[in-house]
Amino acid sequence: MKFSEKWLREWVNPAISSDELIAQITLAGLEVDDVDPAAGEFSGVIVAEVVAAEQHPNADKLRVCTVSDGTAEHQVVCGAPNARAGIKVAYATVGAVLPGNFKIKKAKLRQVESFGMLCAGAELDINEENDGIMELPADAPVGGDLREYMQLDDQIIDVDLTPNRGDCLSIAGLAREVGVLNSTDLTPPTMSEVAPTIEDTFPIKVSDPQGCPRITARVVRGIDVSKPSPQWMQERLRRSGIRSIDAAVDITAYVMLELGQPMHAYDLALLNGSINVRKASQGEQLTLLNEQLVELNEEILVIADNEGAIGMAGIMGGNSTGVNSNTTDVLLEAAFFDPITIAGKARSFGLHTDASHRFERGVDYALQRQAMDRATQLLLDICGGEAGPIIEQVANETLPKGEQVVLRKQRLTSLLAFEFDDAQVEDILTRLGLELVSKDDAGWTFKSPSWRFDMAIEADLIEEVARVYGYNNLPSTNPVGSMDIPAKPEMHRPMSLLRHHMVSRGYQEAITYSFVAPELMAKMDDQNTPVALANPISADMSVMRTSIWPGLAKAVQYNQNRQQSRVRLFETGQRFIPSNDGLQQEDVIAGVISGSRDPESWHGKAESVDFFDLKGDLQSLFDLTGEGASFTFAKAEHVALHPGQCAAIFKNSEQVGYAGAMHPGLVKELGLQGPAFLFEVNLAALQAGVVPAFNALSKYPEVRRDMAVILDEAIAVSQVEGIIKQQAGEHLQQVNLFDVYAGKGIEPGHKSLALGLTWQHAERTLNDDEVNQWFDKVVTAMQAQLSATLRS
Amino acid sequence: MENLNQLVEEGLAAVEAAQDEGALDQIRVQYLGKKGVLTAQLKSLGQLSAEERPAAGAKINEAKQQVQDAINTKRTLMASAALRAKLASESIDVSLSGRGQQSGGLHPVTMTMERIEAFFAQIGFSVAKGPEIEDDYHNFEALNIPSHHPARSMHDTFFFDDGTLLRTHTSPVQVRTMEQQQPPIRVICPGRVYRCDWDQTHSPMFHQVEGLLVDDNISFADLKGILHNFLNVFFEQDLQVRYRPSYFPFTEPSIEVDIGYTGANGEQKWMEILGCGMVHPNVLTASGVDPEKYTGFAFGFGVERLAMLRYGVKDLRLFFENDLKFLSQFG
Repeated sequence: MKFSEKWLREWVNPAISSDELIAQITLAGLEVDDVDPAAGEFSGVIVAEVVAAEQHPNADKLRVCTVSDGTAEHQVVCGAPNARAGIKVAYATVGAVLPGNFKIKKAKLRQVESFGMLCAGAELDINEENDGIMELPADAPVGGDLREYMQLDDQIIDVDLTPNRGDCLSIAGLAREVGVLNSTDLTPPTMSEVAPTIEDTFPIKVSDPQGCPRITARVVRGIDVSKPSPQWMQERLRRSGIRSIDAAVDITAYVMLELGQPMHAYDLALLNGSINVRKASQGEQLTLLNEQLVELNEEILVIADNEGAIGMAGIMGGNSTGVNSNTTDVLLEAAFFDPITIAGKARSFGLHTDASHRFERGVDYALQRQAMDRATQLLLDICGGEAGPIIEQVANETLPKGEQVVLRKQRLTSLLAFEFDDAQVEDILTRLGLELVSKDDAGWTFKSPSWRFDMAIEADLIEEVARVYGYNNLPSTNPVGSMDIPAKPEMHRPMSLLRHHMVSRGYQEAITYSFVAPELMAKMDDQNTPVALANPISADMSVMRTSIWPGLAKAVQYNQNRQQSRVRLFETGQRFIPSNDGLQQEDVIAGVISGSRDPESWHGKAESVDFFDLKGDLQSLFDLTGEGASFTFAKAEHVALHPGQCAAIFKNSEQVGYAGAMHPGLVKELGLQGPAFLFEVNLAALQAGVVPAFNALSKYPEVRRDMAVILDEAIAVSQVEGIIKQQAGEHLQQVNLFDVYAGKGIEPGHKSLALGLTWQHAERTLNDDEVNQWFDKVVTAMQAQLSATLRS
Repeated sequence: MENLNQLVEEGLAAVEAAQDEGALDQIRVQYLGKKGVLTAQLKSLGQLSAEERPAAGAKINEAKQQVQDAINTKRTLMASAALRAKLASESIDVSLSGRGQQSGGLHPVTMTMERIEAFFAQIGFSVAKGPEIEDDYHNFEALNIPSHHPARSMHDTFFFDDGTLLRTHTSPVQVRTMEQQQPPIRVICPGRVYRCDWDQTHSPMFHQVEGLLVDDNISFADLKGILHNFLNVFFEQDLQVRYRPSYFPFTEPSIEVDIGYTGANGEQKWMEILGCGMVHPNVLTASGVDPEKYTGFAFGFGVERLAMLRYGVKDLRLFFENDLKFLSQFG
């Protein structure tokens, strides 16, 4: 809400500076967003009258004007198309200084002397008008200082009001607030009831008393809307960001700004029969004042005449019944619409109006008659005419009655950790408009005012007391609590451990968007259909990721495009997988490596990373669980991965992730340089670790036997290791694969594995015979099961 | 005997002149060996009287010792010279870079969240997490934001067709925590949140940390105290802090906290840093906590905002571009 400080001070004028006022209301919760001067900085500009305007002899577009300042006449060359005799203008005299420190001097324009300048609104930073010079009202005092005449030594204060403070969406409401904060009484302009001079009324019915508990209206006949609204009113509207339309509309806007009551003026001649406030019928159409055609539904409250809807209640009037240049008789309307009925409706039509903004937040339900009288009086003063009596329909059963709220002293004291004087509490709350209903030793009962919709429970009142007293004036302490040590299971590996481990393995943590492009997502996961956002920011960010890989792949691309060829990234976060049991939101850790194994250096040629770099990083990560051996890799297939370099990762028998080379097709499609290797693993599998359990150390020597076996190249090492573990007896401690060889000396299609087997007994020294026996069993089994032969 | 001194002098000179271990060894044999010239002198003792023999023997032994000592000293010198030469030949350029993987780094958002978690862990807060695709109830209804509430328009919400949504704040984790646990409750809830808004100062995804303390007699003063304390610790400065009334449907009183700084012209300025308040009784009730028995406070802040202030990052968008040149600055 933007408002003129001068206008506010007409209502309440505490002895504080503008800066103090701004700081004060900010600290009361009415956050000041902006403060702008009502006009630019200028001096020497006066009201003058153009007495003559002649064509410039040497320039088509210029006029030579004679302007009077009331005592003398001056010749001014002016280029504005509207410069003409008889109008009152803003005249910058010779010596005037305009915004931007622009000094006005005597000048010669195409051989004609010019003494000063006639100003456009924009040239004085009063408004944006730059098409012509400002035309001042006919009654503007010639020779008077423009700043003084237009009260331009004023500030436009823009407060960003929270949704609960609809009561401050008016000068009256703001004044009330400032009055409370300064304990200053208000000095509102005199407003009185307008006695009817004609008997005309109009039939009004409310079919939806829930939506419209009160409506008031009044017939005013014989008004003249040909003249604009007075300059002071237009200026106040302007400072609140509202453009002048015509006198009748301006008056309704003015009353809304002044008192907070949105109003509407209908052209009486255009209304058919009667008015009814009802819910729209499904599909009912209405062309609004902004010429938007809307199709209504049964949720929408409308004002209708006998022909149909003529306005969306509390949002915007229709264009068929509005005031226009031919209007002579009007029906003024001021209603209280139920906030819940109005809330969200404007937004559902892409609308947001001053009226809907106020009705959604709550308009003072006792204000309608006062607003009606105020608007009538202004209308009669400005446009003439004769007013009928106020027509009013009230549904007492749906009209709010004000809440009775109990405030307990003990609760107030304990919640704010501060003891208030009773008188202080009563002063704050009654100044805010609450009515003290009763009091006793335990506390008070207050009745909330008709303009506050956020005072229904005790906490509301405590907040008000704290707010007016000042949050910064209340005490501050450190909370005291019981010093329980919360459980922290050792087997649970914290996220930070995993992250820091990745960092020490040379990975940089990335954070990519959780929503990705559906095309890329489909290319990287063909098993799941991602959930799609109904209102995405863009098509590229329209589905929820079922894997972190698309985000990481794009990050690799981004960096490679910026000359970063070596990329090692990881990310932790949720992936969103639809399933028959509902959406699974799983925490995973994923990573990608690409480029050289080590940073480029003098240590030798930089080799490219391969699958085993990735696997090594993963195995070290798995070791953090304390049971790294329970993680295994098995050949698998995945749409995003190279068919020959793809592994499913298992923890015991449960699959927990995938790792492998990005599919060369994808690499090409993404325009990546060189291969990239990806992994993604469920965090739950990594966070569930074991508590270490000590095994007694054997004092007896280890025995090691090495073997080299030749077998089919398709046989996985894990199979070989499996046979060894099966056959080598219970005292086998370790199997080390220390060489894999294929090539010269080995039959094509075969490979040679060199393995070291280590045995140790807990209680005695092993003898050669038994070790040889186990070794032979292993060899025999390998021969039988894998057709392996010992390499000589 | 007369030539004993001369022999010693010759021997010492020979030691002095020796160039290597081999030469020294030769000298040793020549002078001190079984057939050495000094050893031979001992054989001449027999020609002396019994009285003269001890003194003459001692002299010869002394001469032998002199030569032996010289040889030993020379040998030590040679060894250390050889060692020096070897060491000199093995010297390296220590300014060359080390071998192997360099350390990566955490994302500044994670660094910030980890710091915040650590601060609050010290005073007994545990970390709680929740789903990012939320239902309307936990994101709004249970937080005292019914469907018609104007505050909903402040949350530009991403929706799914089934009526679920991307959480607009981490506050639903508060609700989920209270649904499962009775006070005392001390949790902080870090995580991703989403708003349908994208420009220079808004990202459709960002991070929040929400804190919740519910216990006996928790007051507004406790809230002020803990937040001022936190901000001082986070920024490692003794900050000026002010508390401004605000409005969040799930807290009452509601507060926005500003930190003070000095503007370019030396003027006092304030910057909004977080929102907080005493948990609204409706929120406690909705989650099964008796508001007559317990009170509490909640606070929430944007992690990116804190990270920007802490590390001097000027552009929010950098956080999600994942440019290595950006990420690697945070170690």
